[in-house]
Amino acid sequence: MNLSIFFSPEYKRIARDGLWDNNVVLTQNLALCPLLAVTGTATNGLGMGLATIAVMVASNGIVSLNRHLIPSEIRIPIFVLLIAALVTLVDICLNAWMHELHKVLGLFIPLIVTNCAILGRVESFASKQEPLPSLWDGFMMGVGFTLVMVILGAMREISSTGTLFANASVLLGESFRFMELTVIDDYKGFLLTALPPGGFIMLGFLVAMKRLFDQKAEKKS
Amino acid sequence: MNLETIKAQLKAWLEPENLEKLRPKLGYQTGVLAGFALAAALLLGMADLATRGVIQLRLEEDLKAKLEEVIPAEIHDNDLLFDTVTLPSAEANLGAAETIVYLAKKQGDVNAVCFKFVAPDGYAGAISLVMGIDKNGEILGVRVISHTETPGLGDKIEISKSKWILSFNGKSLDNVSFEQWAVKKDNGIFDQFSGATITPRKVVLAIRRGLEFYKANQATLLATGEKL
Repeated sequence: MNLSIFFSPEYKRIARDGLWDNNVVLTQNLALCPLLAVTGTATNGLGMGLATIAVMVASNGIVSLNRHLIPSEIRIPIFVLLIAALVTLVDICLNAWMHELHKVLGLFIPLIVTNCAILGRVESFASKQEPLPSLWDGFMMGVGFTLVMVILGAMREISSTGTLFANASVLLGESFRFMELTVIDDYKGFLLTALPPGGFIMLGFLVAMKRLFDQKAEKKS
Repeated sequence: MNLETIKAQLKAWLEPENLEKLRPKLGYQTGVLAGFALAAALLLGMADLATRGVIQLRLEEDLKAKLEEVIPAEIHDNDLLFDTVTLPSAEANLGAAETIVYLAKKQGDVNAVCFKFVAPDGYAGAISLVMGIDKNGEILGVRVISHTETPGLGDKIEISKSKWILSFNGKSLDNVSFEQWAVKKDNGIFDQFSGATITPRKVVLAIRRGLEFYKANQATLLATGEKL
């Protein structure tokens, strides 16, 4: 396979959409339910993001392969069925083979079903495109989502407990223990940012910052 | 009809032009939906078969690790998971109609018992606990299994956040009077946390109920260990 297609204008466009222009959280404002629930720490955000990438890529791929088969009248039930099955699959596989991670994320995995961004990508992209661009789109949208999850998780974790990537070794293995940092020593803790309202406030800052960047870029051009 | 012709027919049927003609038909739509449902069910069924045993094993390991935290290894030589007695506990207010008591035996004699119980009335929902009690009714250890208390305030009941839960070690209904089984705010002997009173209060009361449950069943439980 020729890898250079990933640098073609079409694929660059898809990557740019997923990471910035059409970012799931910052622009589409989707997926806020799992977002606020798990971003108490950066590690949880990362784990949830990785699981979401897996589901997004798989659902985009399957739908794109079957796009001629699926009548538009019943596409939504089929999409929902597929996504629910994939999420359940991820859930039981994690429980069996990555049990420590499942203990941390287990509660939130079913929340991926409520992630309307996955249904959104399947509906607006994968059901109309070839399999390869669809897989790429799912991956890039997932990466964009994961980045926001990690950034928001880091902001909340530092301000609420003064640590960064606590328990990362549980998620990624012992060799990643170096990621576990104590940013602020002897920090008394700030409860608000650990709770969902604080998550909303932080998210507001992030969205505002993105708009500010976009405005500046527009003025320049 | 041989395999080749079937393959060719399937390929012709799967052509986008052919499928476009089929898609508006009701019968086709029903079939496709049923087909996807069947495929999903098969996939999940197979995944369940492949993982059920492993998951069961993992959960047993979890439980065993929890039990070993509250029952020191040197006081028993049996497998806690498989040496159990199930007692009715509807009246003991432990959160379940029946409680499985794990017996820690050394050479056949019951040295200690251990069971899971629930404080159903925590600040933000039920708090699930596990407690080990030696045969004389003294607490060997208590741990919180799961809870939904406020992060940063109520979660000091976890061993990883605070040593508070260790203050129960060695306590019993005999060396602490009934009134003293409470947080200091209620004239008891156990600390509350600054900013969170309800969580520790409910945990203390639940542990007292757990001890009362043991006392009520002490004779039955110790009798299970007598050598035949």
